[in-house]
This record gives sequence, structure tokens and C-alpha cells, in this order.
Amino acid sequence: MEFVTAIVSSAYQFGDAFAFLVLSACGLAVIFGMMGVINLAHGEFIMCGAYMTVFAVNWGLPLPLAILCGSLFAGLVGMIIERVVVRRLYARPLDSILATWGVSLIASQGTLILFGPTMRGVGTPLGSFMVGALSFSYYRLVLIATALAVLLLLYLVFNKTRFGVLARATIQAPHMANALGVDTNRVYAFTFGIGAALAGLTGGIYAPTMTMIPTMGTTFIMEAFVTVVVGGADVFLGTAPAAALLAVVKASLTSWQGQLAGQIGLLLAVILVIRLLPKGITGFILKDRA
Amino acid sequence: MTVTWLQAGTLACALALSGTAFAADPIKIGVLEDQSGDFAAATIGKVHAIELATEEINKAGGIAGRQIELVVYDTQSDNNRYQEFMRRVLQRDKVDVVFAGFSSASREAYRPIVNQFDGLAFYNNQYEGGVCDANMIVTGAVPEQQFSTLIPWMMEKYGKRVYTIAADYNFGQISAEWVRNIVKENGGEMVGEEFIPLGVSQFSQTIQNIQTAKPGFVVTLLVGAAQASYYEQAASANLGLPMASSVNVGQGYEHKRFTPPSLANMYVTTNYIEEVDTPASKAFLEKFHAKFPNEPYVNQEAANSYIAMNLYKQMVERANGSTKREDLRKVLAQGDVCFDGPSGNVCLDPKSQHMSHTIFLAKVGDGHSISFPKVWDNIKPYWLGDAGCDLTKADPDAQYTPSNPPSKQ
Repeated sequence: MEFVTAIVSSAYQFGDAFAFLVLSACGLAVIFGMMGVINLAHGEFIMCGAYMTVFAVNWGLPLPLAILCGSLFAGLVGMIIERVVVRRLYARPLDSILATWGVSLIASQGTLILFGPTMRGVGTPLGSFMVGALSFSYYRLVLIATALAVLLLLYLVFNKTRFGVLARATIQAPHMANALGVDTNRVYAFTFGIGAALAGLTGGIYAPTMTMIPTMGTTFIMEAFVTVVVGGADVFLGTAPAAALLAVVKASLTSWQGQLAGQIGLLLAVILVIRLLPKGITGFILKDRA
Repeated sequence: MTVTWLQAGTLACALALSGTAFAADPIKIGVLEDQSGDFAAATIGKVHAIELATEEINKAGGIAGRQIELVVYDTQSDNNRYQEFMRRVLQRDKVDVVFAGFSSASREAYRPIVNQFDGLAFYNNQYEGGVCDANMIVTGAVPEQQFSTLIPWMMEKYGKRVYTIAADYNFGQISAEWVRNIVKENGGEMVGEEFIPLGVSQFSQTIQNIQTAKPGFVVTLLVGAAQASYYEQAASANLGLPMASSVNVGQGYEHKRFTPPSLANMYVTTNYIEEVDTPASKAFLEKFHAKFPNEPYVNQEAANSYIAMNLYKQMVERANGSTKREDLRKVLAQGDVCFDGPSGNVCLDPKSQHMSHTIFLAKVGDGHSISFPKVWDNIKPYWLGDAGCDLTKADPDAQYTPSNPPSKQ
């Protein structure tokens, strides 16, 4: 029984760290990987989704619908910001970093002014279960399942749908796609929207487990960028294996020596990966194939 | 010529209005608090408390006949901003006194600047104790007030196995050292200790580490909104252990912000929270809500900031209107600078320039209601004085800890 408990506990902790890394990073990875835009407002899209989710719950929606609502709202806001700000800067990637950073400052400060420094959350649903002497939260299993579902869904959208084909064509050869009648502007807007909606989903699904404050997005940022940097440009070849690798490092170090060791290990792993694989895991896998 | 006449006219008007010669220029008070960022939830109330005290004092004729003028900057929960704004208020705005700081990291960031310009700063926050610095007056509670009361009480009730999780910076590290020492002195055992970097919000593994160690209770010294996610996550994993803290409820009013029962069975020692059921507390709360109807919570730091304003007024008036630091310290050295405030009677200790407190043990119930199973009256900030810090004789500008006490002469 001791042994079973240890196995379940390790799997649970690995899954939990994996889910956090995947969900933190997926929105950022879509926008960076597909569009090459480094979106510094990523944390604020997460916050936006979380706040919308809590509002929706307060209006009486059940939590799953509220999370969907938060995700869609963040996606909508993302598309508006793409139209107004990011679209003008596709040829100037450095400027887009600055512009999205500005958006993030406006968003978090605006939220502070509108809704105050903190807001009451919604409480984590579903309760807990016991394995041996340890108790675990069911909701964490939902997070893990969501992370896997998001990866699967992204794969299907970008590889099996007409939108996915158009999106990949637009990314690879924008002028050619344009000449063949693809409305590239719309594709960019949708892709950015999907990235923002994924961030919103992350915010919504983590909202019941966290403190609601205007700067809550920043707690995801480090993990998000670290995962994207280690993973490289491709969401499937990069983000998923990167999250798995980093989750192993983080979960094992945290269980051995506490949170501080986990954080240090995470950052050391990144330094090591970047030193050995400058293009991230994506680059490594693609070179292997060639 | 016209200018001179104008000036003379203004002066005459001023004289006629205030009735006191040359007392018309205001006393400037610098206020550096975090109105945005990770700590804002706990500190916006401090600014409001200072504004409330200012309004009251100004209405009643000011300090020694001079009105108070506040110079307020938002330090954004960022230590660099503290250094920048501390220089600005002391050099450019030339304030008479500064009220500054939430986190201990921010206090240690600005303290050398206060020393450099030989200014005077009030730190109105509970903290890990040990600052022996004539340029600082501390109105917040310290470990001998919060831990020497709380930890033995918890050990008696919940057993001698203790697990500490603390924010990983000077506050958490030094507070954890206090807890460790007190647990040992009382024959207990530390079954675990974990330091959490600020900004961490995911606690699954920590929760499991605690379960594996099987403590009687958990001492939570978590700081900032991100780390506060711990309670929700511990509750959803059904950790179910009693918690003891010097920072929760009294600062971040987590019991109001989180869904019950995530904070149930938490015990906090605090010198004030809005639930304190005394006439003085009720009156203070009523005044506060009259001026700030939307204030989400009136916390310990708000009360201490309000008290500090009144103590400052008293010291300046007893120094015959002088705002010079040395004149104020001569008043302080008399040892009877006291105030009947929202939390009861408090006095400043001349040796350490810290404040005595009535300490309330607040217990959070299942529905997040507050009860007070125990009250310790008039606990003095004795540790620094006993350890050898005496600001009436020498000013070491240092922060001491139990493992690094003042060197005895």
C-alpha cells in the first residue's frame, strides 16, 4: 500500500506540474509558434479569462459554462487587440513586444481601478479522495485532463480542419496564400484569438484554485515562457515534450527539497536546454527527422 | 513694490486666519505604500487610514497649529520604487516624516536611504522584529508579541509536531527562526520547514509534503496574493490541519476573500482586525466606513497607521511644535508616549522605538466567522531591549535576529 501511495502521489504531482506548464504555455505557444509574435500580454489574457469566469459564476452560470464563457471572452478581447494593435506590427517583432507589454500594463492597472485590488473567488469544487494516508483534490485531475484535451484539440484543429490548413499556409507563405484567395488577415486574427482564448481557458480553469487579483496572470508567465523557450516554435513537437520534461524536473525536486529547489531546477533545466538545443526541442526533433 | 505688498497682504491674511504666527506652512508627511501590485490588497487600507487621521487632525486644528499635507506615492509592491520614492520625498519634497512600507524587503530597501538623509520613518507593519535604528519608529507587532503567545498556545492545543511554510525572504526566514526556537523551548519538534519563493501559486507538492510529515498544525507565513492560493488548494486536497499565522487574516483578510471553509481552523495573533469587539474598535470602524464606504476590510496595518499618525502628532506637540528627529526622540525617551486607539492603549518603548500591543488571538470558524479565544493584554516589545539594543544610548542602524543578536558591551 505504501508503494501504491508513492506511485499515485508521484504521478499526481507530475501530472499537476505538467498541466500547469501546458496550460500556462499553450496560448503563448500558438501565438509565438504560428505567428512569431511574442505576446507579453499573455498573463493578462489569463487574468481576463479568470475574472470573466468568476463574474459568470456570480451571475449564476455553472462553473464549466463559466469557464467556457471566460475563454471565449478572452479570445474576443484577443481578436480586438490583434486588430487594433498587433496587426500593425507584424513586420516589427521587437515593437510588438513593447506594444503587448503596454497592453498588459493597461489591462492589469485598469482591472485594479475597475474591480479593486482583490475579488472573492469561487472555491474549488469536487472535493478530495484518499489513497493510503494521503488525500488528493479531484479538481487537480480535471486540470490534468484539460491539459491533455487542449493538446489533442489543438492537434486536430491545426492538422485536420480547413482552418488549420489555411493557417499553416498563411504562416509558411503569406503572399502565396493571399494570392490563392486566403484572407490572411482573418487567419491572423483567428489564430491570435485562439491563443488568447487558450490563455482565457487557463485563467478560467485555474480561477477556482487561486487568489483573484489583477496581477494574477504574472504567476503563470515564468512557467509559460520557460516552456515555450524550451519547446521551441512548434506546439506539438515542442510544448508538450517540454512541459513533460520540465514537469519531471520540477515535481521531483519539489518533493525532494521543497518549492525553492523546484524553481531553481526549472530554471537550470532551461539554461541547459537552451545551451544544448538553441532551437528548443522542436529543433531537435525536426533535425532528427531530416 | 506690488509684489511686496501682495506678500505682506498674504501674510496678514494668513495671520488673521490661523491666529498663529509663522505656523501656516503645513507639516509634510510622505506616504509610500503599495497601492498596486502583489501586496495592494493589504496596503490600500493603510493609505486610507492615514487620510482619515489627517482629515481628523486637520479639522481639529492640525499638529501644533499646522495643517498636515500628505505626499503620497504608489510604490507598486516594488522595492526599487521604494528607494526611488524615498529619495524623492526626503530630497525633493523635503517631508518632515515618512510613513512607509509593507514587506520587510521593502523596509530594508529604503532604510539605508532614511539613514543617509537622517530622516524619520514610521514602519506601520507587523514584521519579523529586530530593527534597532533611531531613524525608524515601528508600530507593527513583532515576534515576541505574535509568536511567543501563539505558538505555545497552539502546541498545548494541537500537539508538539510543527510544520512551517514561509515566504522565502527576510520576513519568512527570520519569522521561521523564531518559530523554530519557540517550538524547541517548549519541548516540541519541527517536522518540516519549507520556504516558498514569492509569486509561487501552485502548492500540490507542498501539501503532500505536509501530509507525509503528519504535523499537529501548520504555521503559515505566506505573503502576497499569489502565495495565498495555498489555502484554497490545501482545503480542496482536504489537508484539514489547524493553521497558525502572524500574517494572515490580520493583513490580507483572506477569510473575507476566500470561499469557506478554506481558512477554517486558522489561528492568528493580531493587534487589530475589524471584528475586534470593543467600543474603541467599533467607533474607529464607523469613522472609517463613513469616509470610505467601499473599504473591503479594515486590517491591522490600517489601525497601526492611524495610531502612528496620532503618536506623531502627540510627539510633535510635546516637542513644542518641532519636527526635528532629535527633539521627537527626546519626547520618546520619556517613555510615556501612549495612545488610546482602536486596539486599546499602546505605548512606544524608548529603547527599541517599537510599540506595545494588546494581542488578540483570532480564530477563523467554519463559515469564516471570527472568534477570539484568548487576549493577551499589553505585551511589550521586549526582545530588542533585553538583547541589548538601547537607542537612547547608541544607534547601530542594524537589524538583529535571535541567531544574530546585538553584541554585548
